[in-house]
Order: sequence, then structure tokens, then C-alpha cells
Amino acid sequence: MSKAQISLKRKDILGLETMSAPEMSLILDTAKEMKNIIDRDIKKAPTLRGKSIVNLFFENSTRTRTSFELAGKYLGADVVNISTSSSSVAKGESLRDTLLTVEAMGVDIIVMRHEAEGSAQFAANIAKPVIINAGDGAHEHPTQGLLDMFTIKQYKGKIEGLKVAIVGDILHSRVARSNIWGLMKMGAEVHLAGPQTLLPREIEKIGVKVHRRVEEALDQADVVNVLRIQLERQKKGLFPSAREYARIFGVNAKKLALAKPDALLMHPGPMNRGLEISPEIAYGEQSAIQEQVKNGLAVRMALLFLVLMGGTNIETAN
Amino acid sequence: MKLLIKGGRIINPADNTDEVGDILIEDKVIAAIGQNLSADGAQVIDAAGLVVAPGLIDMHVHLREPGLEAKEDIVSGTRAAAAGGFTTVACMPNTKPVVDNSILVAGIIQRAQTEGVVNVKVIGALSKGLEGKELAEIGDMIQAGAVAISDDGGHLDSTRLLKTGLEYTGMFERPVITHSEDEELAGEGYMHEGSVSAMLGVKGRPAVAEDIAVARDIMLAEYANAPLHIAHVSSKGAVELIRQAKKRGVKVTAEATPHHLTLTDEELKTFNTAFKVNPPLRSAEHVEALIAGLKDGTIDMIATDHAPHAFEEKDVEFRYAPSGFAGLETALAVVLTELYHTGKLTLIEVIEKMSAAPARTFGLPGGVLKVGAPADVTIIDSEYKWTVDCIKFYTRGKHSPFEGRNLRGRSLITIVNGSIIMQNGEVLT
Repeated sequence: MSKAQISLKRKDILGLETMSAPEMSLILDTAKEMKNIIDRDIKKAPTLRGKSIVNLFFENSTRTRTSFELAGKYLGADVVNISTSSSSVAKGESLRDTLLTVEAMGVDIIVMRHEAEGSAQFAANIAKPVIINAGDGAHEHPTQGLLDMFTIKQYKGKIEGLKVAIVGDILHSRVARSNIWGLMKMGAEVHLAGPQTLLPREIEKIGVKVHRRVEEALDQADVVNVLRIQLERQKKGLFPSAREYARIFGVNAKKLALAKPDALLMHPGPMNRGLEISPEIAYGEQSAIQEQVKNGLAVRMALLFLVLMGGTNIETAN
Repeated sequence: MKLLIKGGRIINPADNTDEVGDILIEDKVIAAIGQNLSADGAQVIDAAGLVVAPGLIDMHVHLREPGLEAKEDIVSGTRAAAAGGFTTVACMPNTKPVVDNSILVAGIIQRAQTEGVVNVKVIGALSKGLEGKELAEIGDMIQAGAVAISDDGGHLDSTRLLKTGLEYTGMFERPVITHSEDEELAGEGYMHEGSVSAMLGVKGRPAVAEDIAVARDIMLAEYANAPLHIAHVSSKGAVELIRQAKKRGVKVTAEATPHHLTLTDEELKTFNTAFKVNPPLRSAEHVEALIAGLKDGTIDMIATDHAPHAFEEKDVEFRYAPSGFAGLETALAVVLTELYHTGKLTLIEVIEKMSAAPARTFGLPGGVLKVGAPADVTIIDSEYKWTVDCIKFYTRGKHSPFEGRNLRGRSLITIVNGSIIMQNGEVLT
């Protein structure tokens, strides 16, 4: 299929489970062009001038919100942030009413983060603006999945055929789920490892390989993606202590050495250095963690552009 | 008033008969059953090609009255029952206030007699306020007419209280009904734990939570030598535990819902809150085990767990939606479509599970077609094709997992105490 036949125009971006490989390729290719804009002295392109984007965040977020905000602004759109930490129940206004209120103001895109799985789908069912899921509970975080794939492609030249290990708290991770769907569709082999208590039961049924030991997952891996572990999981009794987690499940230089010598190390951030990832490798030679942040911006620019303009030609200005 | 039902296929599981004939109803009771009956001045119903069955009985309904009338009340709930072919429903006590004393039991019975269109039986709470701490006035409630005792709505965490509840209720020869799902294991989940929940990132309610609770409840019933009825069985393990317990002679009975018998957790992939329920819709292997249990008698009866909610309560993010949905107006049609027309159950088995068994188990009038029995009759067109449209429901609960489904079969006429209260889907009173 040629690129011209694929369009994301007016399409809600809810997750990578529902996105096709050609659609993902289109985003990744477009992001490559967008990345050039970020390094320019004057970053503003007029492509999305006159378009408006609302970042509707029901959960705290710094990097994703900032990334979407700058992505919109670099392309000339008007971007408004709405941050509200409470759920619809506590706030008194239902999510439906909040969405319809935002819609009534004539916005083109709603970028939404919400603590409940499926809330992006719910929003898409209700609101007319394009919905971009910036994370719905433990379900999906499609732009993170895309930026991780973009990063892999940047360093490895391809995704197909690579062994990608995802290590840590898979159970609560929307990053893991979007990565799993995206990587599988692009032909990578996905291996998971982490404490048994943080691995979803029966996840192997969707086509990933699950390991009891982190070392097995890392063995000859091309990419190692380490997930953030939240300390509140320890309080819920899902693992005994930060100390034990770091020792058994944390990725350090010794464990990373089991992967291929040129293996790429990734982390979606924010990192707990010394816990799930050791400080010496976090900013070491194999680390692509900083680059992931930059790529996140490029991918989000591409996505905003594609859902609003649909085409593949990027109008750039000096 | 006389009513003569002519030429219907009379199915009566109580004596295992299935033959074409006539039924004469006079003075609220069945006056005669036979061939070529005639009666002067009787209203004649031509039932040729239709099934004539004892009125359907649903032992698991949330009528929501008192206190939760935005979801349902006795008027709307009993009309929904009539529309679905039910002549008797038993209502759960998780209302506001909780039905935990004889005054409320008597009050609901009285209100149902004046406002309701079908027979209403009351289930009293096991613990005061459903708090799971102290026994409610169980004896008082049973003497006021409660047919069973239950803390349904949630799991009874206290093993001690369930033990004493079974012992105490057993004295009155009435069953305790349990919602068996270990709260510590299931409480944080919103759907069945399995490959679908793994994929969706939704916290799971593992089947083992139900298995453990059912095992505990059975052991206590065995210990107390008291009758136990397990509500809405949904797990494979629970079916096997009940099967083994019955073999040992434990006084345990069980029900399954039309939704657990026909739907799987795959339906949750769209995060549609109309599929959110506890226990959750499980995977295909559990559904198969449940149907096998229904077939071999491990599962005694079908009950709806009709749990209506106001539209706006369900119109929220999946996580925040309350569990449960309307069931009365689709139950028979779903069972006929998915279990009878597929060859899994015979018609006589369907009527057994939806009428005769609940009457027998809970000692209720009805569930049988015989001279002198109350004239509670459901006339069924097993071939009638229709499409579910929740907006047209009589219940206030406008969410159903069967919305939009094409179904085959429905009740055409519902007769309660000798009066036609529903005809062709229209409730007449």
C-alpha cells in the first residue's frame, strides 16, 4: 500500500491495537520530517494556524502535556491546557458534559489523559473533535508507543525481526500495552519480564513471550525498554521492597550486558534511577532516553498534522 | 371471569408433560386442563402453535424500592416482569433503607399488591443494614413473608456471620442466598481476569475469587445442615464445587443468569458499560461449564439478576459505571434464542429452569399447571422474531448487554391470578 492511500484525517487516535501498520508507518515517516523543525532556530511553522487543540488532563503529567503543547505550538495551532486532577464523580460534572463543553468552543482536537481505562473510547463516542488518547488508565498510551518505535527505527533502521524486551510493571502500564501492539504489528518479537505479581495473567495469549526471569528476557535483545515502577505498588503488597526490586528486577550494567552489545536502552520516564534502572546505564552509551523525549515531540507533531491535514506534505516556514 | 386457552402446547415440567390441550381458568385458579374444553361466557385465547407454560418465576430481581426509585420501583419493575413473561419475582433487600426488618417486608408486600402487576416475593437482609456485622431480625421477616435471606449486592465477608446466618435461617427452613465472590480478591476489579483484561489494562476479578467464596459457603451450609442458594454462578470452578456438594447431599441450590450463560468477556473490548456486571462476564470455557451445569442439574434455575440503573449512572467511564443492567424483558428471549434454538436445552427444560425449579426450591405457589393451582400462566411464541431496543423497555434501566440483538421467541401473553396483564408485549394495567 502506498502512503497516499492512507489517511488519518479526522481519525480518533485511541490506541495502537486499533491502528494498522501502514498507518503507524505513515506517522513515523512524517515524524522524521517534523524532527527537523525542532532543531531549527525559529521553530514555528504555520501549518496548523487557525486550528485549536485542548489538552484535557485528568491526571498529572509534565512531559506528555508539555510535549503535546509544544507540538501544537510549533505547528502554529492554539493550544489550551485544562488540568483537573479529580475524577468526574468527585468533580460533579460528568466526563460527557466536560467534553461537550469543550466541543462547543469549537476545538479541533482534544488530547485527553484520564485515569480510567476506556475513557478515550468513551470520549470518542461522545465528542465531535478528534480525540487523541494521551493515556487512559493502564490501557493505552499510543503516542508513547509510537515514539518508542520511532526511536528504535532511528537507531536500528528497522523494527521488524528485532527482539524487544519490556521489563517491569506490565500490569499497570499503558506504555507496555501500546508498545506491545505497535511492535507486534511492525513485526518485532516482544518479550516481557517482571515480578509475577505485576504481569497480567494470560497476556501470553496475545502473542508475547513472558519470562520468569529478567535475564531470560534480556538475553540477546536488540532493545531493552525499562518501565517505571511506582512505589505505591509495594504498599499494596505486590513486591516486598524497593531494595529487592532493584536487586532482582532492576536493569543494571550486568544485566544489560546479556543483551546484544549494541542493544538500545529505553525508558518512558520519569525514571527512578537506582530502582528499576541503575544510574550508570541510564545516561550511558546505550541509552536513548533523552532522544525519546525529543522524538516524542516529533511524533506528536506528526500526529496532530496528520489528523488535521491528512496529507503528507508539510508546509514549512523559515 | 373465565378464561379458556385453547389448543396450546401445554408444557408442565412438574409432571414432565408436553402435549396439546386446553386450559380453563376460573376464579383466579386453573379450573380444568384437558381436550376440547368449553365454557359458557369464557374469553377464549387461541393458543394454536404457542407454548402454554406455568408463569415464569425470577428469584433475583432488584426492584430498587424503597429509596432508589430513579433506577426502578415496584410499578416499573413489575411491569417489566409482566412484559418478559414473569408472573412472580423475588426482590433483593439492598434498597435504601435496607429491607432488614418485618415492617419493610410487610410494606413491600402490601405495596406490590396494590401497585404491582405480578406477584412479588421479598428477600430479607441477612445482616442489619447489609453491614455484615449483626444478624437482622430474620425470624420476624420470615414470619412477615420473606421467602429467603440474603446480603446480595455484595459478598458477605464475615465467615462467622454467614455461619450463624445459615444456622439461624435454617431453623425457619428458608435458604440463605449468597453473592459468592471473595471481596479481597475481586473487589478492585471491574471485569473478568483473563486475556481480555490483560489487553485492556482493566483490573480483573479472577474466577478463583468466586471459587473460593463458593467453597466456603458450601462448607458452611454443610456444617450448618442448612439450605444455601448460590446466586448468579459464573465460574467453572464454582459449577464443579456445587456439583460435588450436591453429590454429598449438601442442601445447596444454584442459579445462573441469561447473560452469564450466553456472553463472554470479549464483549468488554469496547468498554461498553452495558456489559459491566458482578460477577463479571467470563471467558468461553466458563460459559461452557455453566451450560453443562445447567443441563445436568447442578445449576437448578435461571434468574435474571435484573439490576437496573438510571441512564446517567451508566453513561460514564467504564470504571465508574455501576455494575448490573436490566434483565427481565430479555431473559426468556435470550434463553430461547441462545439455549433452546441452538439445541442446548429443550423447551421443557427452559420452563423447568425458569418456573418449576424456582417454585419448588423456594416453596412458592405457581410453577405448575394443575387444577387448583394459581392461574399464573405464560403463553410463549418460541418463533417470534424481534430486535432488542432498550428505550422501549418498561424498566427504568435502559441498559442491556443484548441491545440491538435479534432474538427469536418471547412471551406473548402473561396471565397473573387469572387476569391477562400483558398481551403482545403491551402491559395492559
